[in-house]
Amino acid sequence: MSRSLLIISRQAPWSGPTAREALDIALAGGAFDLPIAMLFLDDGVLQLAPGQKPQNVQQKDLTANLQALPMFGVESLYACSLSLQQRGLTDTSLAVEHLDDAGLRDLISRYDQVITF
Amino acid sequence: MKFAIALFSSPSAPSSRRALRFAEAALDGGHDIVRLFFYGDGVHSASANVVSPQDETDVARQWRELISTRQLDGVVCIAAALRRGVLDEAEALRYRRQAANLPAPWVLSGLGQLHEAAQLADRLICFGGD
Repeated sequence: MSRSLLIISRQAPWSGPTAREALDIALAGGAFDLPIAMLFLDDGVLQLAPGQKPQNVQQKDLTANLQALPMFGVESLYACSLSLQQRGLTDTSLAVEHLDDAGLRDLISRYDQVITF
Repeated sequence: MKFAIALFSSPSAPSSRRALRFAEAALDGGHDIVRLFFYGDGVHSASANVVSPQDETDVARQWRELISTRQLDGVVCIAAALRRGVLDEAEALRYRRQAANLPAPWVLSGLGQLHEAAQLADRLICFGGD
């Protein structure tokens, strides 16, 4: 039985390579058929904002890579309700389960290993 | 206990020094380190081109010595390293760059090595942020 891994992504999409590098870990794990989940927390929820125009800041589109997660077998996707609410995000470009504080605690305790970016 | 250690922060971050001290303490305490995996800005700690003033800590040299003397598996993520100008001889040739700065004992490899280490170890310990 493989150990499960939760990746917590806390960085905005255009603040540097961190958001992409966190996502790459999830995609690589999915490719190896490992039990992987991703949680978008704090500024990380900004990665889920619809209608982004990354070309305006000379960046590649991260949304397309995020949408590849289910194709790579990473289907356990979560976002922090409070982080979404604080940033005025009601709609997301990726289907994610919204979690309150109790839900976050439960999620983190369910996974064998956690990596936070 | 078997540890896998992942480093995500730059050599100047306090967390980078904590990672080094943790690795030393784990080995001194009789534990095993299945792999060191350097990712994100952590790849800079593997660069042989870091020059520290004589009276300052040379973290890159300390990592190299730890890996060599304890015969550890020191892996640097190839994608993160190329993006930040950390190249071994093969990659410097491939991309026609003038310098290589990742000699042995470091090994360039992919993210599969992080996942494998996380599966092999009892604990995955990550160092990032400040």
